[in-house]
Amino acid sequence: MITASLPLLIADTAAAVDPAATFIRLLTVFLLAMWVGFEVITKVPQRLHTPLTSGSNAISGITAVGAIVVAATVAAAGYRFGNLLGLLAVVLAMVNVAGGFVVTHRMLEMFQPKKK
Amino acid sequence: MSSQAWINLAYLVASMLFIVAFKLMTGPRTAVRGNYLGAAGMAIALLAACFEPSVQETLAARGAWPLVLVALAAVVGAAIGATMAIRYPMTGMPQMVALLNGFGGAASTLVAGAELWNATATAREAASPLPAWTQFAIATALTGLIGAVTFWGSLVAFGKLEELPQFKKAWTDPNRHWINLGLGLGTLLLLWGVCANPSSNLLFWALVIVGSVLGCTLTMPIGGADMPVVICLLNSYSGLAAAAAGFVIDNSVLVIAGSLVGASGLILTAIMCQAMNRSLVGVLFGGLGTTTAANADDVYAGKVKSASAEEIAMVLEGADRVVIVPGYGLAVAQAQHAVRELANALEKRGTTVEYAIHPVAGRMPGHMNVLLAEADIPYEKLREMDDINPTFPETDVAIVIGANDVVNPAARTDPKSPIAGMPILDVDKARTVVVVKRSLSPGFAGIPNPLFAADNTLMYFADGKKAILDLTSALEKG
Repeated sequence: MITASLPLLIADTAAAVDPAATFIRLLTVFLLAMWVGFEVITKVPQRLHTPLTSGSNAISGITAVGAIVVAATVAAAGYRFGNLLGLLAVVLAMVNVAGGFVVTHRMLEMFQPKKK
Repeated sequence: MSSQAWINLAYLVASMLFIVAFKLMTGPRTAVRGNYLGAAGMAIALLAACFEPSVQETLAARGAWPLVLVALAAVVGAAIGATMAIRYPMTGMPQMVALLNGFGGAASTLVAGAELWNATATAREAASPLPAWTQFAIATALTGLIGAVTFWGSLVAFGKLEELPQFKKAWTDPNRHWINLGLGLGTLLLLWGVCANPSSNLLFWALVIVGSVLGCTLTMPIGGADMPVVICLLNSYSGLAAAAAGFVIDNSVLVIAGSLVGASGLILTAIMCQAMNRSLVGVLFGGLGTTTAANADDVYAGKVKSASAEEIAMVLEGADRVVIVPGYGLAVAQAQHAVRELANALEKRGTTVEYAIHPVAGRMPGHMNVLLAEADIPYEKLREMDDINPTFPETDVAIVIGANDVVNPAARTDPKSPIAGMPILDVDKARTVVVVKRSLSPGFAGIPNPLFAADNTLMYFADGKKAILDLTSALEKG
């Protein structure tokens, strides 16, 4: 498994992993996921495009994963300014995530048949 | 299996759940489940992030505090987001989505900035500068830029949609193309600078600032009618920013989730442009051009028939099938519930009532459907354009409320019209067309609508909501 942490990229152990290989691997993932996205999303009916937008919006909050890692990785030398930026990123990304999923749920509930 | 392998497996599960979530968005019932699965995927990914080796090393060295701080930040963010989501009215959904998009973009920029800050500090201590033109350098620069454009573009879009007075008028300075060109060139130069010299935090933040200004100046000239396109595009950007952040930290779940969202936003952008008969370049840089349309007086002179609520109620009494065509004017007048009342009154008489929804009715894709669903109008009765167009010849009465350009037959008949070729709802083929409108003023395209002068059209000049209420009471009396 290729470890994902940054120090590896700049330390001399990086010689073990060809950076171009890492890039091609991620590019593969990127293009295939784009393709899957196009295939799946063209089948969503127009009536549901607003919940689709807000739902995908919530998923774009995935950047919270990066925010958590950078905020909670503290160097041996101590906290750095980057940790503070990371914490701010966690707040913003979680607004995106929670807001997106909750509002999507709220909208989809309105599309359900009403109980008489 | 190493702990990294378990973490990667968790990311894989999360990615699969995101794809399934999109897949289930095809129907209203399955979509609820899809949304839950998406949220579950997000929870798994966020939890897995806490087990990343670098985080675990920090925990071992410093105790739980760093992660507790992160958890607190997450709870604060989630509470703000959930509160916004519960409070915001459905008419304000486009603004809300714009704002959330902006936050996502800003978060990605901050992740890139934070990674760069800490990496340069580590590199300084090791006295070995960060190598130029690595994946890390390029992805950091791109993430910072796309995130900044997304954040500021979204804030401007929010201001416009919320109709804040500062954003009332589109920015139409004749020099704006030169300003944008200058900013674009500056962006490219700084992008090159960050990639070539990643050890400079200063260059990165300069890029973020120029990107922020560019986000504003690109969005400010875009008019209200083109907002659905902007929302879709910003949605796409926020996904691409997350995907780029995935390249920064070498993390596939960010890349997958980000590109899914990027694809979704791009598809919706294409659909919106097509439905408005505008090119993406035209929306982004054109502003609405000056049109050389037919003279309004020639089109309307002596041919427009105006009718009262009672007269229209009489026509409706004899109708078997009525199709209601709502435009954004209806949402502005808050007349969705009034329309529901009218439909109830008609249905009580045995009339079939359906709703024809144009793709750009509202201010974001599918917006009108949400507004009507909120007024308890069943999902099955909301019909899409391609689906309902063939049924207009068998429709007794089509009631157009607050829509104009999307029912203008000139799109079909007049090849010289600025909206020629734009897909429209063929209401003119219905036996009788009732148009509820304040006056004969043109829509966003700024052209007269021959529908208003057609033989089978009755104009009902009134405020949307009051008109529908009067019509309902006339129908119930009759």
